[in-house]
Amino acid sequence: MSIPHYIKQVDNGVWEIGRDFKKGMNVPARIYATESLLNKMEESVTDQVTNVAKLKGIVNHAFCMPDGHWGYGFPIGGVAAMDATEGVISPGGIGFDINCGMRLAVTNLTVDEVSPQLQSLINQLFKCVPCGVGGKGMINISRGEFRDVIEQGAKWAVNKGYGWNEDLERTEEEGCITGADASCVSQKAIERGFKQIGTLGSGNHYLEIQVASPENVYDKALAQTFGITKPNQIVIMFHCGSRGFGHQVATDYLQIFLNVMKSKYGLEIIDRELACAPFHSPEGQDYFKAMKCAVNMAFANRQVILHRIREVFADVFKTTPQDLGIHQVYDVAHNIAKLEKHQVNGKEKEVLVHRKGATRALGPGMDGLPEVYKRSGQPVIIGGSMETGSYLLAGTEGSKETFCSTAHGSGRTMSRTKARKQFYGRDLQKKLKDKGIYIQCASYAGLAEEAGAAYKNIDDVVKATEVAGISKKVARFTPIGNIKG
Amino acid sequence: MPYIYLDDIATADIAFRATAESLEELFIAAADATVNVMVEDLDVIAAKEIRAFSLENVSLEMLLFNYLQEFIFYKDAESLMLRATEVSVKKAGDHYSLKGEAKGESIDYSKYEIIVDVKAVTMCQFEVKETAQGWESTVVLDI
Repeated sequence: MSIPHYIKQVDNGVWEIGRDFKKGMNVPARIYATESLLNKMEESVTDQVTNVAKLKGIVNHAFCMPDGHWGYGFPIGGVAAMDATEGVISPGGIGFDINCGMRLAVTNLTVDEVSPQLQSLINQLFKCVPCGVGGKGMINISRGEFRDVIEQGAKWAVNKGYGWNEDLERTEEEGCITGADASCVSQKAIERGFKQIGTLGSGNHYLEIQVASPENVYDKALAQTFGITKPNQIVIMFHCGSRGFGHQVATDYLQIFLNVMKSKYGLEIIDRELACAPFHSPEGQDYFKAMKCAVNMAFANRQVILHRIREVFADVFKTTPQDLGIHQVYDVAHNIAKLEKHQVNGKEKEVLVHRKGATRALGPGMDGLPEVYKRSGQPVIIGGSMETGSYLLAGTEGSKETFCSTAHGSGRTMSRTKARKQFYGRDLQKKLKDKGIYIQCASYAGLAEEAGAAYKNIDDVVKATEVAGISKKVARFTPIGNIKG
Repeated sequence: MPYIYLDDIATADIAFRATAESLEELFIAAADATVNVMVEDLDVIAAKEIRAFSLENVSLEMLLFNYLQEFIFYKDAESLMLRATEVSVKKAGDHYSLKGEAKGESIDYSKYEIIVDVKAVTMCQFEVKETAQGWESTVVLDI
């Protein structure tokens, strides 16, 4: 497919669709991609990103990142900033899995040390980090204490002994976004979530043991800062979110917004999944506070999972996690909306940045970075498919163009039902074992849906972010062990 | 089968179309289609536990939306995999009311081929319509 005439290249790796493309667009839309990725993007992405450009109060541009694909309302890979006074908040710009995100930890072990223990590590991780449909965690707390979890996030977990203080410093928002209010979430959301702390979930969520081979370290100085210091070092990466709790918060407010957006606020319903409410309306504020509860639940969830990983490694290697150097590199959300200060028409302004399948990527020196990363910029964790590897990037000055946002993963290109017809989970598990990747999964059909060929080439996605200057390659990790829901 | 999965609607998720002669059969077919995304063979779910639902809505679409959410809710809140057994839908004045029952059991990985978790029912292309043959519904589930 050739690039349609209404999409114009405006810079290296940056493509624009003007406001005249569709009636009602408040700003132009911009897609970040190489020509080859843009060629392969579904037409529905264009339709969706230009719908986002119609939302009230949107500033600068509606963006789609290089891993963009069709989503609900917003495309996956969508970024939009709304004027904090005049604009709207939209659950469709955040996703059902609020604060779905990535966490990366390093070890001081090498592949030669881990390989003999790989199967025991993966088998034990599979037991200690429950995954799959309806998975219950191993932390028994009351519904009342769960309200503390959703207001305190990873801080709750660290206070309970599930982690180290340094983990909090190396988590977006220090693992606890302020302003979360448990009174804004439904009892149903609490019921769905209070037993799920420390669980991975299903679908594209995973936990991997990966290797940083010397040939895959692209920036030695940045890698050193992020803790990648020796050849063939083992790292641990995982991807999950706020589980049933966050899904229920999103579902509840989608319905609330649909009931009021037109009748009470006179907002046009472009697509029911783009339901929204004025940010400063009672409904908008309640959703923002409830969404923050789900953000905190996800930070606590990933904190407890890191703690389990430390326990398993310590048990298998008969030592302490400190001795194994299991330090968190970073934890970053890719489904979230946050109030941030950015340049709009040459002036600093407070805007509500929606990132859905997009990662915050602060450049060197920017506010919000922990001291340890002030000079390097923020670590950006890009999860790939289980076959192809994942990346660690760093935020750059250039990300200011996209409200400090970049890609989040590889992005699907094949539907789940098609993938399941084309691949068989058990065959895939064996094929990957032959390639040196040991997998434990809760579901073989679910495994087949996650075959590498169902995803875009992650190298192309990362290249596109570099070409456009919104993030920078630090290292690529190849998996040797994986657990999946 | 009263439902088919649609390949080309949602790349990262799963869509289905359910058809039935009556509204009650449509609701049961849509519930089966939702649970069948998670469990390969619905017939292995034993009817050990019963849960009753009572829902109301001014919109028939939102009534189905909320009904399907119940199956997702019990899957997370009580780790129960339920199958719809009985449903009655009535229109009274300007709103619809539903009474239903579902039977099932605790999720047992040793017993079923589990496929993938359903996170939510979405409003994307969500539709309930009356046709010459009866009723039809299109639903996209978030995975």
